[in-house]
Amino acid sequence: MARAIETTTGGEAAARAGAQAGEGPGTRLAAALASRFVILVPYLWLLFFFLVPFGIVFKISLSHTAIAMPPYTPVLGLGEGLAGLFAGLRELSFENYLWLVDDALYLNAYVSSVVIAAVSTLLTLVVGYPLAYAMARAPGSLRPVLLMLVILPFWTSFLIRVYAWIGILKPEGLLNQFLMWVGVIDTPLLIMNTHTAIFIGIVYSYLPFMVLPLYATLEKMDFSLIEAAQDLGCPPMSAFWKITFPLSLPGVVAGCLLVFIPAVGEFVIPDLLGGSQTLMIGKTLWNEFFANRDWPVASAVAIILLLILVLPIMFFQRAQARAQEQER
Amino acid sequence: MKSLGSIRRSFAPWNDPQARPFISFRNVTKRFGDFTAVDDLSLDIHEREFFALLGASGCGKSTLLRMLAGFEHPTSGAILLDGQDLAGIPPYRRPVNMMFQSYALFPHMSVEANIAFGLKQDGMPKPQIEARVKEMLKLVRLEQFARRKPHQLSGGQRQRVALARSVAKRPKVLLLDEPLGALDKKLREATQFELMDLQQELGLTFLVVTHDQEEAMTMADRIAIMDRGKVMQVATPAEVYEAPASRFVADFVGNVNILEGTVSERSGDAATITGASGAQIRVENAGAAAAGSAVAFAIRPEKIRVSSRRPEGAANVMEGEIWDLAYLGDMTVYHVRLADGQVVKASALNSSRTVDDPLSWEDRAWISFAPDAGVVLTR
Ligand SMILES: Nc1ncnc2c1ncn2[C@@H]1O[C@H](COP(=O)(O)OP(=O)(O)O)[C@@H](O)[C@H]1O
Ligand SMILES: [Mg+2]
Repeated sequence: MARAIETTTGGEAAARAGAQAGEGPGTRLAAALASRFVILVPYLWLLFFFLVPFGIVFKISLSHTAIAMPPYTPVLGLGEGLAGLFAGLRELSFENYLWLVDDALYLNAYVSSVVIAAVSTLLTLVVGYPLAYAMARAPGSLRPVLLMLVILPFWTSFLIRVYAWIGILKPEGLLNQFLMWVGVIDTPLLIMNTHTAIFIGIVYSYLPFMVLPLYATLEKMDFSLIEAAQDLGCPPMSAFWKITFPLSLPGVVAGCLLVFIPAVGEFVIPDLLGGSQTLMIGKTLWNEFFANRDWPVASAVAIILLLILVLPIMFFQRAQARAQEQER
Repeated sequence: MKSLGSIRRSFAPWNDPQARPFISFRNVTKRFGDFTAVDDLSLDIHEREFFALLGASGCGKSTLLRMLAGFEHPTSGAILLDGQDLAGIPPYRRPVNMMFQSYALFPHMSVEANIAFGLKQDGMPKPQIEARVKEMLKLVRLEQFARRKPHQLSGGQRQRVALARSVAKRPKVLLLDEPLGALDKKLREATQFELMDLQQELGLTFLVVTHDQEEAMTMADRIAIMDRGKVMQVATPAEVYEAPASRFVADFVGNVNILEGTVSERSGDAATITGASGAQIRVENAGAAAAGSAVAFAIRPEKIRVSSRRPEGAANVMEGEIWDLAYLGDMTVYHVRLADGQVVKASALNSSRTVDDPLSWEDRAWISFAPDAGVVLTR
């Protein structure tokens, strides 16, 4: 809101200045339009590639299944005129959402997804933090190489890398062969098709998303702060928790969001590594869409998933903005 | 309240052979790879002394300080504090505190919390911490800024927070690495005196690193002049200026003219030095310079008189021509070119507003100085 006011007053000032300078009204208008247009482009982008698809999915979630192509009714359109459109709109209902509430399957899937994603995010943080810290403390000449190594896995297909983990984790896989050869275990560990396999898969796949923002904040940090803390009598471990960690919190939050959000809706990893009995919302969604061909329910599942993810982020950002306000 | 000077005047423990030094660097060497940052350095500093390490950038001053604080370890040699060898004692257990060159204030903590940080580490009871923080804030005149974060303060205020934080624990020794380096000139000069007052008030030993000779001269009881990891001279500011031990020190501190020559005659302390062109300089005290040895005669510009007529009765007189001059308001600096081509700098205080026969470019001029105006350097 404030921005809008600012631009209009700014525009007026520019207009006045232009009038004083004796410029023609045509050039002023063109300049004003050009500056508006520059602002407009990203908004148009968001409108077409985010808001419109969201609107379509939301509309489908209010429809009913049908054995047709597309597999739902009503298909809104102007084919039967405005009256037809209004008749179609009247058919929309929230029954799919009621269905989601009625069947415990969906609630369980949501809860289990959030729990699995949260645990995986925490594990990724635990693995990623020391990695990012070591990178940030590495000699300057080595850092680009280390950064490259973190990004390197992106050059192979995600799907293939997850498949590769099956070869490692299955009962007669590489891990078990190695552990039995070393003599740590006698019988193969059953890791495949358990939550552990999902955790391993998520930690492995999303580690770069955790490491990169953490590295960015840790690398900027002034190491003399740690020395100052030690100088004032603070042992190294305590200095980490009192100085390094609080100062890296923006990186921690960014990394956790970047891992948590896609992990909640993750489909490939639980499907390939988690076996049939794991319940995650991404799998449920896939089943509704492709096994049941129930597009409306699948859309409702997707909308609720979005709300589950967006609301906490919004609250978080509001809280952060308020905290910053107080600091001023 | 007694003035600083009257307290200072009688303070000279370094002249007392019985006094035990408080900090001792004993043959300390520090290498980074094959680069020697500190080279077989020995130095004694006394309790309650305001000691300055002065040297060009990169000569190893910070490294020396960081070894005392425990962030770097000597490659060889020992550092003793109050008789105790500091080797193996981690930084967080050493009774010294450091004020960092970058201040290193904790950006996520308020001014109060920054100052209280060290006290909390010691497990001081809360009411005592609060009292001490208040006291420190008053000391550095930042009472109204207690709740602010470092980024909301000016450079000078940050400097004072860093100072308050480092003295809050009442360390035995306070290490200051270029404490005024980030301040502008006016503020720097004012803060120099504040630091001196603070040191007297708290009765601490201050070890300050600087590359600014004026700063070192103003504040310190004694100065160590460093060059490439070695100490060139340790002395009071006046001694460093008036009796430099070597060409390097004479040249490093203030302005100086260095005239090369050989000792052509010695009688008791007095001597005559003859330059390459045959010009003779009579000096009252030539120290240990042996007859026939090559020496340098160093003399400060303000100890040389410039006149338009040949002065009567001066011990040393040389003729030349005004090569260049600069009027600086409070004084005028003359560059006088002698017969042998050497240019000598001389400065004259403008104690009256008008001069009878002002000297100008290319005028004939005579320089003169007393036999005790300069020093003879053998190194
Ligand atoms: N950790 C280090 N590794 C390598 N060289 C260093 C290190 N710290 C300092 N040096 C080198 O030692 C020399 C002295 O540094 P320093 O003590 O910081 O000088 P200054 O007198 O300017 O404070 C410099 O040439 C610097 O490059
Ligand atoms: Mg330095």
